[in-house]
Amino acid sequence: MASPDELLIAASRLSRVYGERRVLHDIDVAVRRGEVVGFLGPNGAGKSTTMRILSGVLAPSGGAVRIAGIDLLEHPIAAKRRIGYLPEQPPIYRELTVDEYLRYCARLHRVATSEAGAALARVKDRCGLREVGARLIGSLSKGFQQRLGIAQAIIHSPEVVILDEPTVGLDPIQIREIRQLVRELRSDHGVLLSTHILPEVQAVCDRVVLINAGRIVLDTTLAALSEATRGWRVRLRRPPPIETLKLLDGVQRVDMLDAQCFLIAGPRLDSEAVARRCVGEDWGLIELTPQDRSLEEVFLRVTTGDLAMEAA
Amino acid sequence: MTAAIAARELRSLFLSPLAWVILAVVVFILAYAFLVQVQVFTEIQPRLAGLPSAPGVTEIVAAPLFEFAAMILLLVAPLLTHRAIAAERRAGTLVLLQSAPVSSTQIVLGKYLGLLAFFALLALLIAAMPASLALGTVPDWRHLGACVLTLILLLSAFVAMGVLISSAVEEPIAAAMITFGALLLLKIVDWSTEVATETRTGALMRYLSMSRHYEPLLAGRFASSDILYFVILTLVSLALAIWRLDADRLHG
Repeated sequence: MASPDELLIAASRLSRVYGERRVLHDIDVAVRRGEVVGFLGPNGAGKSTTMRILSGVLAPSGGAVRIAGIDLLEHPIAAKRRIGYLPEQPPIYRELTVDEYLRYCARLHRVATSEAGAALARVKDRCGLREVGARLIGSLSKGFQQRLGIAQAIIHSPEVVILDEPTVGLDPIQIREIRQLVRELRSDHGVLLSTHILPEVQAVCDRVVLINAGRIVLDTTLAALSEATRGWRVRLRRPPPIETLKLLDGVQRVDMLDAQCFLIAGPRLDSEAVARRCVGEDWGLIELTPQDRSLEEVFLRVTTGDLAMEAA
Repeated sequence: MTAAIAARELRSLFLSPLAWVILAVVVFILAYAFLVQVQVFTEIQPRLAGLPSAPGVTEIVAAPLFEFAAMILLLVAPLLTHRAIAAERRAGTLVLLQSAPVSSTQIVLGKYLGLLAFFALLALLIAAMPASLALGTVPDWRHLGACVLTLILLLSAFVAMGVLISSAVEEPIAAAMITFGALLLLKIVDWSTEVATETRTGALMRYLSMSRHYEPLLAGRFASSDILYFVILTLVSLALAIWRLDADRLHG
């Protein structure tokens, strides 16, 4: 059953309507075992709504969700046993101690009483909570509360882990620890992680799904994305009109950075041919540098709507 | 699963000072009322001695005590029930239950049973007062048992309605006020002069009135229709609360 490509989350044509407002339009999300998927989008794009639907907290207005092959809407209990969910705000009881809370979560997620002790020790180790087991949750720092939120999401070793902004409010060291944790989870879980922090996606994710205004605008592997977004910076002393550059072999896009400097990109761009042409045409080639367009740039372009699905 | 939720609810109650304060204040006030009632009994006892089938100590001390307790708990129950779901929703912890493999029925029953356990404990503390009369006399144990059961039935309806309103109202304090209003309305609905008439409204008011169902029970006159009244009130409230939580998923 643990085939590496097994689809753990398969959501198709999800839509959600709040009153008159349609916040999700026919969204498809797929997460496989052994995969960390970064879920990106500006505030209000529908990230949290999607995650709430995938974790069974909210019912979609249309569409279907299968968790490890089980229909979430028809068999919610069976499907939810396979999900661990950390909402935006960690669902913690301030008046309980860490151990009491985790034991309660283990029971809620139907961890057998005989295994609860071991499960508790394991998640406390994983999330760095060993020293605070007897402390009241209300007295813990934000970082510890956030880790506790993650601990409750993985205490029952779910196949699917859904984390809504797990590193928000943490300091850089804690962020690094959480990222390490997410990377470890990858081995035997499928992880869907939403975040605002773009380097985080580059650090931990295998695939990125970008959502904007309730629609998926990009769904691609990180490798393909960096491949597709690779470009070259060209500086020319006597540049031709920009249209001429667009006609170069393999060039799909040209951005003018200043009067002499351009960013040219295209999946089959041959730098050698570009250099030969520049010299041959006597454009006065000064610089030809490979340039990775950052994820941030992709994010901004996609969300402001001027990048087509070129990388998909 | 229901038991885990109920146990957590009960535990959190006892971790808050409010529950302890409520226990202390209610027991103190009722103890005072109990002593007053005992005093009354000792004063009229010589006169009762001559009467055939005179009311016993249980009828004179316990029944009024439980009636007074019902009134006080009508004020107190909303203070504890209002947080049941509204506060969890506000603190973001309801999501923990909603994303866990737990049904809305289990969530609502867990909340209900946890709170009811607290009030049942309070009912036993109250019952301990008339039971202490056994040191000097022989109480009518069956009557006393009936009083305790009646109080628990009543509290079951209070708690179920409180959980329902807590599930439906966003603001916890507003839930407390609405619960209080609803319970009070059921208590005073038979104040209308309509009640004395043979109209439909009159009959409905007589049936809805809570006092008309628990007073006979406290007096030791058991009628299954009176018991049924509280059972129905409890079940309908719980069913509506479950329905409300399910609706959260659809509309939330």
